[in-house]
Amino acid sequence: MIVELDGKKITVDRAPTVLRLMEELSINREAYLVIVNDRLVTEDHRLNKDDSVKLIKVVSGG
Amino acid sequence: MKCRVCGNDAVINLKAYNNALCARDFIAFLENRVLKTIQRYRLIDKDEKPLVAVSGGKDSLSLWYILNRLGFASDGVYIDLSIEGYSSLSLDKVKTMADRIQRRVFIFHLMETLGKGIDKLSRVIKRSTCSACGMIKRYIMNRVCMDRGYNVIITGHNLDDEASALLGNILYWKDEYLWKKGLELKESEGHLSKKVKPLFLCSEREMAAYAILNSIDYIRDECPFSIDAKSLVYKDILNRIEESSPGTKLQFIKGYLKVSRAMKTQRRKDNLDYCAVCGYPASGGICSFCRIMERFGIEGDIRFDEYKPEGLPT
Repeated sequence: MIVELDGKKITVDRAPTVLRLMEELSINREAYLVIVNDRLVTEDHRLNKDDSVKLIKVVSGG
Repeated sequence: MKCRVCGNDAVINLKAYNNALCARDFIAFLENRVLKTIQRYRLIDKDEKPLVAVSGGKDSLSLWYILNRLGFASDGVYIDLSIEGYSSLSLDKVKTMADRIQRRVFIFHLMETLGKGIDKLSRVIKRSTCSACGMIKRYIMNRVCMDRGYNVIITGHNLDDEASALLGNILYWKDEYLWKKGLELKESEGHLSKKVKPLFLCSEREMAAYAILNSIDYIRDECPFSIDAKSLVYKDILNRIEESSPGTKLQFIKGYLKVSRAMKTQRRKDNLDYCAVCGYPASGGICSFCRIMERFGIEGDIRFDEYKPEGLPT
């Protein structure tokens, strides 16, 4: 499935849930929010192969 | 996952609170948290005129939006440091929010005043970019607040900013800074405006979720000068701890607030010195900003642009 991570599109093996996707990408749940089909979702959200998935980093420096 | 309040689909899982909320209930939760922080710590009095320091990022823009929703009518101040490909984009986001909430924003352009952006200026004065940026921002925020009749500066520092700064101060035992942090910096009549941080107990993740759910258009790119910032390393470490022990960051900061109150009382003695030119706090004779102005041979008042949304009365 295609996932947008920090504005870049990457291909990943299909993950059944948001949590599994974040684990596969070694992404900290505190540092990212996940938007599926333009909706903010929780980590138990089930994913379909045609979903539009965006991982948005929430951490900023300074 | 279902919302613990209404039973609809949750959009965010707040492990630190053992709570999950839908969009509507999360927005209410966060706004209430900001209001409770302001009330509990008496950050803004009803008769005060607040000014929000806005950067174009999620925290300051959301805070500006929330304060105006909560009835704390606030204008903004934006400091344009002439960072290529970053400052003008940030300013656009600030103006978009000013239009949305119908509030004015004062804008200081570093390039117009000193003929240099922050990058070149920091090299000339032999400071790191972040240190020069902080010094200029502190001066300008204070200046516009005092000159334009405001009495409290509000900044968007969040829980993660404070926890990472605290961790850095502890790791290096920076005793001179360690007990100075807090929700409020008290005013010094004629010298220093009061400064408060209503997002002190709101996490970065919560603020980003609030911005997204309210369609707040914020700058997502990182400031190019903060890419190697140590604060990002500390935030990463704290987030790893938080992931395995939810609520740690909140306990770290709440514990600090409790302990620092006692430490501040014990240490309240250091008399502030004031700049001989502008009267603002200085560590020796003339403040860093006035020294720069002298060095570049610039005299007279600092100029601010004022952006006023269409339809806003004069």
